[in-house]
Amino acid sequence: MYRYDALDREFLTDRSNEFRHQVARRLSGELTEDQFKPLRLMNGLYLQLHAYMLRVAVPYGSLNARQVRRLAWIARTYDKGYGHMTTRQNIQFHWIKLRDVPDILDALAEVDLHAMQTSGNCIRNVTADPYAGATAEEVDDPRVWSEAIRQWSTLHPEFSYLPRKFKFAVTAAKTDRAAVKVHDVGLILHRAPDGALGFEVIVGGGQGRTPYVGPTIKQHLPASRLMSYLEAVLRVYNRHGRRDNIYKARIKILVAALGAEEFARQVEAEWAQIDSPSADLPDTELARIRAAFTPMAFETLPARSETFELAKGVSSSLARFARNNVKPHKQPGYAIVEVSLKAIGQTPGDATADQMDLIADLAERYSLDDVRVTHAQNLVLPHVKLDDLPAVHAALAQAGLATANIDLASDIIACPGLDYCALANARAIPIAQDIAAKFADPDHAERVGELKIKISGCINACGHHHVGHIGILGVDKKGEEFYQLSLGGSGAEDASLGKILGPALPADKVADAIDTLVEAYLKVRDGDERFLDTYRRVGLEPFKEAVYAHADQA
Amino acid sequence: MPTLIRLENGQARWAENSFVSVVDEDAVPAGDVIVSLKRFLAEGEALLTNSRRVGVRIEADEAVEDLAYDLPRLAVVAVAFPKYRDGRAYSSARLLRQRLGFKGEIRAVGDVLQEQAGFMVRCGFDAFEPADGATPEVWSKAASRFRHVYQRGADARPPAYEERGA
Ligand code: SF4
Repeated sequence: MYRYDALDREFLTDRSNEFRHQVARRLSGELTEDQFKPLRLMNGLYLQLHAYMLRVAVPYGSLNARQVRRLAWIARTYDKGYGHMTTRQNIQFHWIKLRDVPDILDALAEVDLHAMQTSGNCIRNVTADPYAGATAEEVDDPRVWSEAIRQWSTLHPEFSYLPRKFKFAVTAAKTDRAAVKVHDVGLILHRAPDGALGFEVIVGGGQGRTPYVGPTIKQHLPASRLMSYLEAVLRVYNRHGRRDNIYKARIKILVAALGAEEFARQVEAEWAQIDSPSADLPDTELARIRAAFTPMAFETLPARSETFELAKGVSSSLARFARNNVKPHKQPGYAIVEVSLKAIGQTPGDATADQMDLIADLAERYSLDDVRVTHAQNLVLPHVKLDDLPAVHAALAQAGLATANIDLASDIIACPGLDYCALANARAIPIAQDIAAKFADPDHAERVGELKIKISGCINACGHHHVGHIGILGVDKKGEEFYQLSLGGSGAEDASLGKILGPALPADKVADAIDTLVEAYLKVRDGDERFLDTYRRVGLEPFKEAVYAHADQA
Repeated sequence: MPTLIRLENGQARWAENSFVSVVDEDAVPAGDVIVSLKRFLAEGEALLTNSRRVGVRIEADEAVEDLAYDLPRLAVVAVAFPKYRDGRAYSSARLLRQRLGFKGEIRAVGDVLQEQAGFMVRCGFDAFEPADGATPEVWSKAASRFRHVYQRGADARPPAYEERGA
């Protein structure tokens, strides 16, 4: 956890005061809704179908117990008792009153949280590997660099009115849990053959109506030159990105129009003119940020816990939880624990205030005061001792938080859809619930194995349907909700975009179609091949046939 | 004539605007003028000889680099915001100050709103034609609302990491 210093805190206080002033001007009528809109958007406040929605930034998905408790308190005091985790590792509240917002921002600032730049055409909250600082896979801690980017991008004077929103994702591991290839800028920390730390820089990935897997424009950017290089990328985009058409304004369109090579050349030319000493962060500041992350007081433990092994032998539900939700930690005797917010029948990504409080307690007691939000809309307790797993599992189970389905078919990403979102064509949440119900039998779900289903209520693709192993997109057909299925997408290290399966289906046929797809997969699966790999091997046809032949009979 | 606010030593004040903005179709009057980049590139030499001060208006899609060699002879560069949402002018101003070393006035014209004051000042603008009736008081306040800044701009403010190191 990055610890704020006095300066970071004063900054938030100033921001909070500024917005209080702006809200007062809006409430008094001095500002019209039109004039107020960009100001509220810069503070994460959207006007939705039923109420205001406030999106709180969770930088690189990292929270401590005190912050989680404060979010629970906000959910209870100002919302309907729950919050929603987003695919950008943020948390949003859907039932907010405008006049409460200044007080909410003050309450957030007290625990070093804010809602800055969670909307608007600016640099948005930086996302990162939720296992940062816990996985043995990483070459360095991506949070240090994410925090550096967060500070640099906060109220950036030159880059706060970009052509369109701008999203960074950072990882330092081979396994990509941050979807770096479908971001405006994706950064992969690595070490060159000589050991030097650097970034592979991917620019121009994205989803929405024109999805791209981003090209790499620089293989090895020396880590110490990160900020000046990002300044060059952003300046080229700010000056040359399209502003005449909102659908063509993301950097991916500029990169695609110029070609990755030409875009890279322009960035290099701009970069060459930037004065490195004034643009790059001094090593001392990087060292300060690194030191501001609380050092983890890991105990020296054996790699194997007899307590845990014994408990697993006795409890099949703990064993199942261990198989699906417990991931290896870099420190012997510890584990990373995924807390699924995808219980069957639940709204994907929602957590109640009570659940948040419990997570805070568990984090404090068992996970070195550390909680993460994942882009798959789940939570993580990143540093749990193997010895403590039975206790943690039992506590989670009591609160309905022990669903053992991470990366399985019922671990569905879904955007808020027509239940909340003014832009939606169709609902996403009930579709997710219907599908999850098909995989309610955990043995069946485990037999099917890794299957990432992602649902968006419209072409904006907040539910990442393009990169779902099975993607589902809500479309409007003469005022009715229909759903277009696509197969073969991935947002991970093997990133690819899904292909449309066939004509869109009505809402009541979607879950059955998923069932049919899964049956078709199980028939041709080779060994324990994942759904995605089977699809990649056999192609679209067998699946298409299964779903549409089936639909004709119905 | 639009009102002009000028920033001097951190203080915003009403300022006399001696410049006439001339559209391309009109003849250039006597006295200080601001003309388009296109006109300046065509008629600049003649304009500059007439013992007056000359400014150039840069549109959002024009490159400030085209003015590089003429900057020492210009009194004002007026950088246009066609819409407040169009952020290209911020890059233009910053490049004028930091890369091209322009010492004259950089004036924000067009859809110039007080909410953008802080960003404009940090990118090197020092004169403003507010479109929202903002006064110098409002402007001073808006421009100094934050005690700290996280990154280096074209102004003299030390970024957070320097404050911390000091
Ligand atoms: S994908 Fe569409 S419906 Fe879903 S949250 Fe985004 S804008 Fe709203």
